Amino acid sequence: MKSFTYERVDTPAAATAAFARTKGSRYIAGGTNLLDLMKLEIETPAHLIDISRLALDRIEPTSGGGLRIGAMVRNTDLASDERIRRDYGLVSRALVAGASGQLRNKATMGGNILQRTRCPYFYDTNQPCNKRQPGSGCAAIGGFNRILAVIGASDACIATQPSDVGVALRALDASVETVNVTGKTRVIPYADFYRAPGETPHIETALVPGELITAVTLPRPVGGTHVYHKVRDRASYAFALISVGLVVQRDGTGRVALGGVAYKPWRVEAAEADLPRGAKAVTAKLLAGAKTTHENAYKLPLVERTLAGVLAQAKG
Amino acid sequence: MKFDTPATTNPIDQLKVVGKPTNRIEGPLKTTGTAPYAYEHQDFAATQAYGYVVGSAIAKGKIASMNLDEAKAAPGVLAIVTAANAGKLGKGDFNNATLLGGPGIEHYHQAVALVVAGSFEQARAAASLVRVEYTRDKGAYDLSATVGTAGKAPVLYGNQPDTAVGDFASAFAAAPVQLDARYSTPDHAHAMMEPHASIASWEGDKLTVWTSNQMIAWSAGDVAKTLGLPKENVRLLSPYVGGGFGGKLYVRADAILAALGAKATKRPVKVALQRPLMMNNTPHRPATIQRIRLGATPDGKLTAIGHESWSGDLNAAKPEGAVAQTRLLYAGANRMTAMRIAALDLAEGNDMRAPGEAPGMMALEVAMDEMAEKLGLDPVQFRILNDTQVDPEAPSRPFTQRQLNKCLQMGAEKFGWSKRGKPASTRDGKWLVGMGVAAAFRNNLNANSAARVRLSSAGIVTVETDMTDIGTGSYTIIAQTAAEMMGVPLDNVVVKLGDSSFPVSSGSGGQWGANSSTAGVYAACVKLREAAAQKLGLNPADAVFADGKVKVGRRSFALGDAAKDGELVAEDRIEFGKLAEEKQQSTFGAHFVEVGVDSATGEVRIRRMLAVCAAGRILNPKAARSQVIGGMTMGAGAALMEELAVDKRFGFFVNHDLAGYEVPVHADIPYQEVIFLDETDPNTSPMKAKGVGELGICGVAAAVANAVYNATGARVRSYPITLDKFIDKLPEMT
Repeated sequence: MKSFTYERVDTPAAATAAFARTKGSRYIAGGTNLLDLMKLEIETPAHLIDISRLALDRIEPTSGGGLRIGAMVRNTDLASDERIRRDYGLVSRALVAGASGQLRNKATMGGNILQRTRCPYFYDTNQPCNKRQPGSGCAAIGGFNRILAVIGASDACIATQPSDVGVALRALDASVETVNVTGKTRVIPYADFYRAPGETPHIETALVPGELITAVTLPRPVGGTHVYHKVRDRASYAFALISVGLVVQRDGTGRVALGGVAYKPWRVEAAEADLPRGAKAVTAKLLAGAKTTHENAYKLPLVERTLAGVLAQAKG
Repeated sequence: MKFDTPATTNPIDQLKVVGKPTNRIEGPLKTTGTAPYAYEHQDFAATQAYGYVVGSAIAKGKIASMNLDEAKAAPGVLAIVTAANAGKLGKGDFNNATLLGGPGIEHYHQAVALVVAGSFEQARAAASLVRVEYTRDKGAYDLSATVGTAGKAPVLYGNQPDTAVGDFASAFAAAPVQLDARYSTPDHAHAMMEPHASIASWEGDKLTVWTSNQMIAWSAGDVAKTLGLPKENVRLLSPYVGGGFGGKLYVRADAILAALGAKATKRPVKVALQRPLMMNNTPHRPATIQRIRLGATPDGKLTAIGHESWSGDLNAAKPEGAVAQTRLLYAGANRMTAMRIAALDLAEGNDMRAPGEAPGMMALEVAMDEMAEKLGLDPVQFRILNDTQVDPEAPSRPFTQRQLNKCLQMGAEKFGWSKRGKPASTRDGKWLVGMGVAAAFRNNLNANSAARVRLSSAGIVTVETDMTDIGTGSYTIIAQTAAEMMGVPLDNVVVKLGDSSFPVSSGSGGQWGANSSTAGVYAACVKLREAAAQKLGLNPADAVFADGKVKVGRRSFALGDAAKDGELVAEDRIEFGKLAEEKQQSTFGAHFVEVGVDSATGEVRIRRMLAVCAAGRILNPKAARSQVIGGMTMGAGAALMEELAVDKRFGFFVNHDLAGYEVPVHADIPYQEVIFLDETDPNTSPMKAKGVGELGICGVAAAVANAVYNATGARVRSYPITLDKFIDKLPEMT
């Protein structure tokens, strides 16, 4: 771990000001991902700005009938919130499918959607990785890539984004509220939050340097039955091979998003019209253009079967 | 004490203490965090420095150049040890690769430098500033590519690489029912909770190392040999070990580098291998490819048994002995086994819990399941039908005890085996449900073991032996043995382990530790009883040791009275003769497993597990149960998730942390039951016990595999059985 300086801030304005003041700054909240990456020198910030005490730890109604989740709301608190459990079951179920109780007690809303890939080559600093060291190459392509992306990837990177709750946020049309170093706020649709790897897989999100997530908002509840199925090699505490988040209405219409297949939670709205026709039709459109390796080709039938399974489960 | 005739009645048979389910005597220390593990000893806290290991970034080649300037200039750095400045180093008898690489590199993450600094964080930060340029050589990393060219394996633990009885080829060719199948098992990591860790301190030319090690005498010897010291100048201490599973049988880089770092800085130095180094720096269980051919008569008698195994190792040094059990487990007149080995440039392979049998049973017991199906026989009945009470390669050698059939029958009854359906026929909601069975088999090994016992005037018995407790319960069974022998309550026994200044024990490995080390304590206690009786003026042959007293007729003394003029000390060693050659000593069991397979996703979840074990006298049923359920859990991991993924281009295990190398968590293991048959085996030792810690893993993975087949109708012959390997064979989703 490289030496770094540290300060604690009380307001978003103080956070962005600190960022602007000190070169090499990173925000830290729960630290459940960043600290691990710093120990391995995959992340080497010169300065940490501790935002964990910002007063962004509330879940409040929005004027549009939805909920605003403060960026500092802990995963555990969010998953157990009564309104979330009642109206946004997918969010709650996806959260508890992720990590362990200890990690969920520390991890925050903002940090969760910024967690970095679990590609093993990203984690080994001896290996080439365009995400970690731009231009060095990708060892995962042609290597051990059983857990990696099957769609939306590039010749430079086949990493996946590992957030579980992100799948729910995508299915429910969430947005991300931010403030930048000039004090300007904006709302980024979660659908546009992640950037395709292309030739620049080290640039992962739409955030500009110093831009701070203040909240994630959910629009008014959509009703329906919410099912999240995370498929993994063991029963708990593992990253998804794939995951399926489904909201289905009584008339068979609904929405679906996938985890573990791409650099972002994967959703193709046009595919959802086929939900009443079943998993095969939906998956064909959802994963059209998929590009698999020998090791991860199983993800295509797995998505289709898992979707069929959750559709059956939703019907009861 | 020589042990060359079967045991007769002795004080252990009283079973006042031995044989009782007993809590670990060191348990409170562990649960309160006051049992110091290797990295935690506070003796040197005021002066100690911290070492951080730099692992090689390539698998094979040379260090072209190494620049230490930046690292040396980093805050707090005291010294940097490399092969270039460490002086001449030897190699331990039990090591394959050298523990400090350079200029030649033998495997990925081989240590190339130790950075020593005033704090751990300083050492870690400076380690990243060590600049190394490498020249890569081409290496061999793909076991499957070597199958055609692999050579005959060297002799392993006295076993020839090739064995043959009768005429296998003709018998197999003529067999009315045949099976010829290939199986593969991947490389496995021990993945113990406590990493390899050491603190080293020099006084003049004498070295003390607090470490985490299973075999104190071997390892003290290898530390001495590597550093060029007389063995008596090395003291090794390993009183608590946070898991070993074979990965700590031998000295590793932490101990050697800590010693070198301490020498360079003239301060005590502590080193723990970083978790990402564990998989590629330390040994692992080697992958195997196995071919099994079985021939049988239509009524289910095996007539031909053939088992070939391929594995690889650095320098083609040591095979994985996956055919071991096949030589002994089932009857059959015509048999062959063969072990082949290839040179691979991955980190060295070596022993892991039940080396040989664990991966061998993963293949053989699936083959038996497949053959039973071909024959239309129940797999329990098929195994019973092919039982043997003698060594099938040498029929004049009987087993000392062999209750495999009883284990299978009792297990089948307790588990509800009769409810097992045909493949892919049982459903519980969305779950496809299946049951599987496998035999459990592991040889019983014995090793000479010494102990010293002391008696104080207060009647306290203190045992000293270099035996280790790697989480198995050695402290407790040794205390039970001494308490039984000396007629004192457990609370009056103090056990001191894991110190090379104590008498040399069997150590912990090969499931030989429990029976051997307690037998050594038995021998020392026999001497102490004689000394105590004599001191009290009693005839040792007549003296009864019970309730803290020594009695002959009406004469009764407090045991401590024997030491009122000074502590009594006795030392002896159990030395095993040729009994194990005359009759075969093995342990047996049966594993039953029920799994559910998600009919949509193929996710496999274990629902129930049962093991029935026949392993001689069970010294402490509570500790033994823990050993068996630990083995069952490890077997579940081997069946369903554990695999060191090889990057065949760069030559290393890619998933080198506990996020990537998945082992079972609590949610994976819902219900386990263990039954021990009531056995005593007078051929094994005065304790009449056998090993059990490795029996627990042998066969488990095959039972899981067979259950997955029964649930789905899909046979997977390549471990681990992950859903990607059979998702295309699951029933269509409607």
